[in-house]
Amino acid sequence: MKKLLSIALVAMMALSALAGCAAPVATDTSASDASAADAAQPAASGETIKVGILGPHTGDYAVYGLAVKNGAQLYIDQVNAAGGINGKQIETIVYDNKGDSTEAITAFTRMVDEGITALIGDVLSGNTIAVVGEANPINMPMITASATAVGATYNADTDTVYTNVFRSCFIDPFQGEKMAQYAAEKLGAKTAAVLTMTGDDYSVGLADAFKAKCAEVGINVVADEGYSKGDVDFKAQLTNILATAPDVIFCPNYYQDDGMIVTQARELGLTSTFLGGDGWAGVSAYASAADLEGSYFCSAYAPGSTDAVKKFEADYTAAYGADTLNMFAATAYDAAQILVAALTKAEASGAATGSDEYKQAVIDAIKTEGPSVVGITSETGYTFDEHNNPIKSAVIMTLTDGVETFKEMY
Amino acid sequence: MSVFSTILRQIVNGLQSGSIYALVALGYSMVYGIITLLNFAHGDIIMVGAYIAWLSMAKFSMHPAFAILAAILGCTLLGMLIEKAAYKPLRGSPRISLLITAIGVSFLLENLSQMVFGAKAQVIPTFFEIPSIYLGSIELSGTALITLLAAAVSMVLLTFLVQKTKMGKAMRAVAEDTDAAQLMGININHTISFTFAIGSALAGIGAILYCSAYPQATPTMGSMLGLKAFVAAVLGGIGSIPGAMIGGFAIGLAESLVSAIGLSVWRDGVVFAILIIVLLVKPTGILGRPMREKV
Amino acid sequence: MKQTYKKIPMPVRYVINTLLFVAFLIVGLSLIQSGVITKYYTKVLMLIGINIILTVSLNIATGYLGQLPLGHAGFMAVGAYTAAIFMTRSGLDASVSFPIGLVLGALMAGLVGVLIGIPALRLKGDYLAIITLGFGEIIRVVLLNIDSVLGFKLTYGAASLKGIPKETNFLNTFLCVGIACLLIHTMMKSRHGRAILSVRENEIAAESCGINLTYYKVLGFAASAVFAGLAGALYAGYLGILNPSSFGFMKSIEILVMVVLGGMGSMVGSVLSATVLTAVPELLRAFSEYRMILYSLLLITVMIFKPSGLMGQYDFSLSRMLEHVFNQKPAREKTNHKAGEKNG
Repeated sequence: MKKLLSIALVAMMALSALAGCAAPVATDTSASDASAADAAQPAASGETIKVGILGPHTGDYAVYGLAVKNGAQLYIDQVNAAGGINGKQIETIVYDNKGDSTEAITAFTRMVDEGITALIGDVLSGNTIAVVGEANPINMPMITASATAVGATYNADTDTVYTNVFRSCFIDPFQGEKMAQYAAEKLGAKTAAVLTMTGDDYSVGLADAFKAKCAEVGINVVADEGYSKGDVDFKAQLTNILATAPDVIFCPNYYQDDGMIVTQARELGLTSTFLGGDGWAGVSAYASAADLEGSYFCSAYAPGSTDAVKKFEADYTAAYGADTLNMFAATAYDAAQILVAALTKAEASGAATGSDEYKQAVIDAIKTEGPSVVGITSETGYTFDEHNNPIKSAVIMTLTDGVETFKEMY
Repeated sequence: MSVFSTILRQIVNGLQSGSIYALVALGYSMVYGIITLLNFAHGDIIMVGAYIAWLSMAKFSMHPAFAILAAILGCTLLGMLIEKAAYKPLRGSPRISLLITAIGVSFLLENLSQMVFGAKAQVIPTFFEIPSIYLGSIELSGTALITLLAAAVSMVLLTFLVQKTKMGKAMRAVAEDTDAAQLMGININHTISFTFAIGSALAGIGAILYCSAYPQATPTMGSMLGLKAFVAAVLGGIGSIPGAMIGGFAIGLAESLVSAIGLSVWRDGVVFAILIIVLLVKPTGILGRPMREKV
Repeated sequence: MKQTYKKIPMPVRYVINTLLFVAFLIVGLSLIQSGVITKYYTKVLMLIGINIILTVSLNIATGYLGQLPLGHAGFMAVGAYTAAIFMTRSGLDASVSFPIGLVLGALMAGLVGVLIGIPALRLKGDYLAIITLGFGEIIRVVLLNIDSVLGFKLTYGAASLKGIPKETNFLNTFLCVGIACLLIHTMMKSRHGRAILSVRENEIAAESCGINLTYYKVLGFAASAVFAGLAGALYAGYLGILNPSSFGFMKSIEILVMVVLGGMGSMVGSVLSATVLTAVPELLRAFSEYRMILYSLLLITVMIFKPSGLMGQYDFSLSRMLEHVFNQKPAREKTNHKAGEKNG
């Protein structure tokens, strides 16, 4: 009887699990629409060009992974609708790595087995570096739209550039430096505090660059505090910061934490200006308008700033909704633009699709064609420096009345 | 900013998080006391409570008072359901099986809510605006004081319940010797169920206090909170109500102390180090009773 | 019954097992060479190998010793980081430094296992589970923050330890799996193994028979850590990049699920469940979203309905099976069977 009852209850739990699956949850659609996209395209023409899209579509970082997937897919669908490249349709192979490096490697290897000629991804820096370890030996062209760690394209220990890897976002140190400069020049800051998530590559990367630049531009870093992933109580650290009363507080973390930090700081009576990196995008939902007022953060993408951006936003929302419409959707759209331009050039070279010469042609073409691509996040095109990082200016965003608004290019 | 006021603030910070730990630790302690099960899912009940509060306020726009009631009620029912479905069939099996089941339940709750609500943090609206209180020049947050007060009241009520009522007596009897209690006419199933209900209701209150201090709900918010509360329960002496309080406040204060001296990244490490030291030096905790080994 | 049960002599048993192992290896290698098993499937096979070692190693502590450590990923991390740091720093050629790194990783994890085991194993049951969880978390926090304390680049903390030579391949993974299983098997068949089992069955009885509880608990725990370290070292060579966050509580639970499902105390169960639970979510990628939910439901249902796991404590032995076949004559088998039924 006991067992019968528990069978019933476990079955209930299982059913509720299934009910959960059926519920229209935005992040749950990856698998189904990925396969739908896969199935739909090859039928259009005999030969296809296969492009991999890899990232976390489930789990903690799904917001970024889905943005990249949708952004890239959006442009590729537009190209396919217009007839594809050289009469061939682009077929995307989409896999979820759940933000895990082990899964990223197996998923990437599977894509290679299935015959991809280029990859858009990976999304998180750590995963991307793991994938580069596999992709570099086989010279697979790769454009990441969101891996901001320096190590994704350049190995500082051996001073070698991974020639097959490019990115359409900017790198961690760039943002940290920009914000330090901005604080000194535009905000006239003399003292600064830093509060970083120490378990995180991105956060630490930005903070280190910020501190280094502060020393250069004459800002005194009076407090340097850290916290661990998953922490929700920042009052102890903020109380320490409060004691030093800095002009600005640099919080290069993700928006959920930043929202909580700002709220708790104001609760303690801290009035300093908050600065952040691109991880702040979306922060407005996580703290009150009054608390956030006058904070600045660095971004790659200014929503609604130009007609091209507005068109992209409308198309994206129509296809995927506005839930994941963030900066990485825009950089992924640009990454897809660069890749398609390069693929077009490589197709013209006459090399067999997917061969070694073809891949090399794509890599060469990314460099030569990049500057003429008019991107959503870089109207001046994509010129790559010696480490394959794009040269583009930062967007400074500010919070006014609880809305993230474009302040200026810097 | 004087050094004194910084220290005072840090103490208030520590007491606020400490009182939440204490409430959660009580739930652990009661369940452990009665069926010697380390209920891993206890922290996740808090997570569910937070989501209930979020659903009722943000989605169904209910009055905060009803949201609080819904969260506490939801937690209570969930706790009883878990006991009936997962733990009851295992009564009498080896402890290791119970523990593994508890881990399973904890993971199930976390992953289900990740699937249903997504991994993104949900913002919980403010329950009530509570003005800050000024102590001389020092501003003390109202939320912190309410949290302290609510925790203290819950504990007094709980002590009364366990010491003075008939049900409390039954709970103590079952904890002492299950078989003897049964022979004396105590309904074991009801008593255990009731204990889970009370423990989970405390988790519900903990969830409300947690959400008013840190207004975000994420699927994994309960796991670390639960573990730290367990450390608090062990530190104070598992099975003891005042012990759980002392342990909770001690962990909260230790955490804010570690952060105050600039070692915040080692905070989790310090909590677990405290656990290890306590277990090695005095495994029964500050107020715990020595355990007898049965042959 | 006059007929004696024929036994296969020990040396022949070893020969049979060795031949089988080599045959597997050769078939596997030639399939990979010929491209029948693609690169992707090779990778999955390597992952399965690593998970098998992890599972059989945790099985020593959980199944044979009867304890529940929840910090197994910590030992894996120690092995992984030791091997990775050695390989990136030694300056030796990767083909030389990798085997040394494997051994070093295993030994270092074993050492940490002893250091943690001595205090932790004074406790029992839930307390032991929690204290090992605590140690596992501390290992992770230390790996994350040690650089900022010591002031030089060792683990690179959150920035990940990069550029580890990717030396793990099918051949060495398979060899490691073979070695790990062989060593664990022989250990458990020895005097020491039986002592460990007796600790699981009844500590007080074991102690009164003159078995040194602390010694055998720490021995079992350390052996468990050694093989976890080996698996970690292989993992480092497989991935090429290490981040402390891969070795959290989740990872420990994943390994525990494999052990529990296979059957606590059954090596063949561990091997089977590690294989299935690695291969199935990998091959059904679309479904993998629900993997963790399935895992937790599996844990609960297995505990409620078959707490001993799918294989219980059964251990497969090819030689025993052969013996069985040799000793059976079809006609006799039937009568025996019937007799057995009547008796039952």
